[in-house]
Amino acid sequence: MTRVDATATTPAVPADLPRPRRRLPLNRSGAFGLILVAIVAIVAAFAPVFSPYGPTDTDLARSLRPPTADHWMGTDQLGRDLFTRILYGARVSLAIGVVTVGVSGAIGLIVGTLAGYLGGAADVVLMRVVDVWLSFPFILLALVVNAILGIGLQNIILTLIITGWVVYARLVRGEVLALKTQEYVEAARALGARESRIVLRHLLPNLWTPVIILSSLQVAQFIVAEAAISFLGFGVQPPMASWGNMLNEGRTYIYNAWWMTTFPGAALVVTALGVNLVGDWLRDTLDPRLTA
Amino acid sequence: MLQFLARRLLQAALVVFLALTAVFSLQFLAGDPVKLFLPTDTTTKQIEEFRERLGFNDPWVVQYVRFMRGALAGNFGNSLRQGEPALDLVLSRFPATLWLSGVAMALSLAIAIPVGVISAARRNSWFDHLGIGATVLGQAVPGFWLGLMLIYVFAVWLKILPTGGRGTWLHYIMPSITLAAFVAARFARLTRSMMLDVLGQDYIRTARAKGLAPPRVLYKHALKNASLPVVTLLALQLGQLLGGAVITETIFAWPGVGRFLVQALLNRDFPVVLVGVFLTAVLYSGLNLAADLTYAWLNPRIRYE
Repeated sequence: MTRVDATATTPAVPADLPRPRRRLPLNRSGAFGLILVAIVAIVAAFAPVFSPYGPTDTDLARSLRPPTADHWMGTDQLGRDLFTRILYGARVSLAIGVVTVGVSGAIGLIVGTLAGYLGGAADVVLMRVVDVWLSFPFILLALVVNAILGIGLQNIILTLIITGWVVYARLVRGEVLALKTQEYVEAARALGARESRIVLRHLLPNLWTPVIILSSLQVAQFIVAEAAISFLGFGVQPPMASWGNMLNEGRTYIYNAWWMTTFPGAALVVTALGVNLVGDWLRDTLDPRLTA
Repeated sequence: MLQFLARRLLQAALVVFLALTAVFSLQFLAGDPVKLFLPTDTTTKQIEEFRERLGFNDPWVVQYVRFMRGALAGNFGNSLRQGEPALDLVLSRFPATLWLSGVAMALSLAIAIPVGVISAARRNSWFDHLGIGATVLGQAVPGFWLGLMLIYVFAVWLKILPTGGRGTWLHYIMPSITLAAFVAARFARLTRSMMLDVLGQDYIRTARAKGLAPPRVLYKHALKNASLPVVTLLALQLGQLLGGAVITETIFAWPGVGRFLVQALLNRDFPVVLVGVFLTAVLYSGLNLAADLTYAWLNPRIRYE
């Protein structure tokens, strides 16, 4: 990341100044989190390189084998290699985390900005929707929506988007309400700037930080939510590998195959821990108001 | 204050009403509710009978009004599986969930508050680092995995605890630990940061300068002032425990509302699902309101207009 020195540029109209890049000094736990996330991302991207097996290759003669040199994490009830399924499960988890956070973040950003900026009926409607959404524990809401929408990868993504955008909308609305009374926004308006310019040039740049911080915390929540819902028998269905449905299958064999419940859960913990640490680091670095 | 309370109660009622409407309409968005909630091997004749009996052949406005009128009277119809009133079925499972949530909440406070206080008092000591590490890990470990690991170690391997069900106090141990872990992590983090804030205040320095015993300063002067956000979080987290109960109860075969709701979702027992949604919305809104009120009560500087 290049750092632009604000003093080196010619001070022209304030709004045209290149935005000074914030430096992100890396602390120990942030670096550790980044490493964990990087490992998960690499094994997910290059899953076939790390394993000679396919995620759905069954071999009934080798079912429920404990970890060995051939099968590092053992095999499941159908003789599928657990390590391979965990690698492919990482793809599902990361894809869900990134896609759902991206889309729900975008929807929440648009709706929140409109509601906060325009006020009136749009705002009232949004806030009632927010109230309803927040009158349920997140996991329960997602579970009910998913059960009604139906199972499968697409529907779990849709579920998390439907249940996830509200948090963003509420955050963005609050920020916009505070920002739009700022003097520089009034100045822009006094200069005759169009509404679209005010929103895009003056409000949006100030919304990135809170949205990025929230996103970093939402990624882990969405990944764990998918696993929890798939664990309960909804969400992603076998034979597609998801850490949640692997845990669900492993639960049946907890008396004779400890590896089936241990490893997928450990993968989930490593991922959630990594993402959370990165999230904490981003929050502490980007938003000094929140550092405790 | 009374006006604030009245407005908030009205708002909560509106939320519950909208929540019911949302779930009620979702079943239509999702396709034919009859086919959705009946097993696939049902004959066409049975489907028609079922439609007629439950009034699914009426226009949806009529269905909606009928449903809402029933709901107002506490009548959500009978469970499609058990044939008994859905509300009674759900309510009969409530005590088990409340007991589990209560024990879990007590457990998490008993662990989290001392950890948070000591961590703050001995900032950057090994205890503090260990405490922070444990809370970060506690927030990253999903409850359902922790539950499975506990079952493996204590029920399968050591054979000292029952795998599930509800009977003796032994049955409470693993489910309440599972449910408490995440909540305890949040409480410990919050307590620590609030204590750090408070310990930097002038009145703490005064208390110390007066020569008061350190534990007295810590627990009497500091903790009391740091407890405000913790109390607020308590009400909010009780609501989260209800969500967590869905998973924990399923793992440990705990005969509570959460497990019943998951089964109703799997069985497509719609009246039971609606009751679950209704009760959760009522309880959760109530807890949110309670959080606001305790906050105002504990901190007289806050006045709600």
